[in-house]
Amino acid sequence: MSDIAVKVEDLGKKYVIGHNVNSEYARFNEFLTSVGKNVLNRLKHPLSAAAGGMEREEFWALKDVSFELKQGDRLGIIGHNGSGKSTLLKMLSRITTPSTGRITMHGRIASLLEVGTGFHPELTGRENIYLNGSILGMTRAEIRAKFDEIVEFSGVEKFLDTPVKRYSSGMYVRLAFAVAAHLDPEIMVVDEVLSVGDAEFQKKCIGKMRDISSDNGRTILFVSHNLNAIQSLCTRGIVLQKGNLLYDGDISNAVRNYVESRKILATVPLTERPKRPWEDGRLRFVRCVLKDSDGNENYSVPVGSKAVFEIEFDCLEDLSGDIQLEVSLFNSENIRLACLNTRNLGLMSSFRKGRNCVRFVIPRVPFYPDTFTVLLYAEKDGSTMASIPDAFSFQTISGPYQNPDILSMPYSSLSAVDYTFETE
Amino acid sequence: MEHKEKTLVIEANRGGMLYLRDFWNYRELFFTLAWRDIVVRYKQTIVGVLWTVIRPLATMLVFTVVFGKIAKLPSDAGVPYVLMVFAGMLPWQFISGTITTGSEALVGNQALISKVYFPRMIIPTARILMGLVELLINAVLFAALFVWFRFVPSWQIVFVPLFMLVAVFLSLGVTYFLSSLNVKYRDFQYLVPFIVQMGLYISPIGFSSSIVPERWRLLYACNPVVGIVDGIRWCLFNSPLMVESVISAVVISLAFFVFGIWFFRKKEIEFADYI
Repeated sequence: MSDIAVKVEDLGKKYVIGHNVNSEYARFNEFLTSVGKNVLNRLKHPLSAAAGGMEREEFWALKDVSFELKQGDRLGIIGHNGSGKSTLLKMLSRITTPSTGRITMHGRIASLLEVGTGFHPELTGRENIYLNGSILGMTRAEIRAKFDEIVEFSGVEKFLDTPVKRYSSGMYVRLAFAVAAHLDPEIMVVDEVLSVGDAEFQKKCIGKMRDISSDNGRTILFVSHNLNAIQSLCTRGIVLQKGNLLYDGDISNAVRNYVESRKILATVPLTERPKRPWEDGRLRFVRCVLKDSDGNENYSVPVGSKAVFEIEFDCLEDLSGDIQLEVSLFNSENIRLACLNTRNLGLMSSFRKGRNCVRFVIPRVPFYPDTFTVLLYAEKDGSTMASIPDAFSFQTISGPYQNPDILSMPYSSLSAVDYTFETE
Repeated sequence: MEHKEKTLVIEANRGGMLYLRDFWNYRELFFTLAWRDIVVRYKQTIVGVLWTVIRPLATMLVFTVVFGKIAKLPSDAGVPYVLMVFAGMLPWQFISGTITTGSEALVGNQALISKVYFPRMIIPTARILMGLVELLINAVLFAALFVWFRFVPSWQIVFVPLFMLVAVFLSLGVTYFLSSLNVKYRDFQYLVPFIVQMGLYISPIGFSSSIVPERWRLLYACNPVVGIVDGIRWCLFNSPLMVESVISAVVISLAFFVFGIWFFRKKEIEFADYI
């Protein structure tokens, strides 16, 4: 057997977006009417080949992606939201089939796209270990052999015969991860599953995965938004952008490449960004600028100073009711450090048709020096009107909260809270 | 999954034989899911598995009273009305039960389908096992009824499994078809109970086929359930049996089975995209 573990050739996935993009699922009458229309069209234009069918738009979630993994490689898959990461992962774990290309894998595969897939709330912890284990691809004999280990790792011995619906969420996750951690595949496909736990738990999981990989030469494909986690686990990285493979190579270069690509993307004017399929377009962001306390445009914000996000947008119609406007700030590791949202403020807003201008104000910016990217988002009645990741980026620099001469200490924390120091 | 060092190729189109092999490789999951469905079904109920016998018993009593006592419909010659109804209830409960629960099976396992791979056909097929377990429990009850009425079934009883096999093919075919449609068109979750209810009236469950007028018999025999139920009554009571209805039951059931598999396989690749 060769030492190639995974080979991906010209992989592509096409989705067809029809009229029913906005409805949650197609309804039967739509199906019937479309059949009816087809028949009618064929009768009217018997010779035209294109007769019939709804207006359809093709959308390539992933296109012409090729790479190879050797046994023991740990690959990090990096990309923006909507870059095709999840699609790639779903094809690797055989949940959806590719439209083009081929994947060849040598060895047993386990994919972990979620912790506790298939857990049934009515079943006991013991029963769920068997259920989840066989869903993840273990045989009953394997589960039986590892049962005690799994129970010990989870630390829920006492509640083994209690239905998991009575578990605390912490116990639930621990039990679920315990099963997953005892999978013994040659190739492991892991999605952002670690985001469920706290930092301590994540560290433990990553440690466990790294051990499994380096001890036994296991191949791992890992997707995460957490660049830190990716860098500490993976040896190789690929960067995806809009479904294309942007970079393939060493992990630290991949991460650097990704951060750069975000900065470049962030300079494209908002009005020139392509509309994404799930945006319904009733609202369009036109411009977003960052201003300082004097009202000047400024993208280098001193920590502890005032920051104003001024957003201009167009509404296609009068909008009122359940509307959310949101500005989210992501640091260079792509962790969402802030989410400024009108609903969080308890605001019911309404906007006129045409140009509107709003401001979100952070009186004192509580982030230590780093580079941030901004996500703009608008929603009405649960459906996305507009969503622009990487609308622009800005930096925070030393400021009132931080003595610029002492640089080392504050970097160990993410936020710069307002504080004083007192002595008796 | 237990074969080590196996090579897996994922491509746009995969052949049917590979699918069959996959189904075999995932047989443990198949039994685990069937076991889960059975265990979960009566969790947090007071009488638990007793519901399995209470439902057909209650239905049988209602039918016996309404059709036998009030409408005074005739039973098959020399057969207590209760036994005749129960002989129809058993296959009917199996068929309607598997179709009802089976057609919702894929949608009910949404989380699984969007997060792990396995041959999707496992899910609706596992529901058949649940139906068979309930059928066995009810068969015991049925045997007890025979003793109670001191009634000796005729020798043809050995053919009962054959007619049940036809029922299995029919249920599987319909279940494959409806469950895959339900993924994309949730309308079927409203349509299926209606179809099942209709089926109860046009099938000889609460009455004997002998009351159907001669000139309607052939049309009536187009319902495959007629052949199955009448066949089972023939096995147990030596009731009259129309050969046409048996042929129609076998042909329609097998056709549904083949069509169901074909349809399911065709739709399966897009389940995860639509569910």
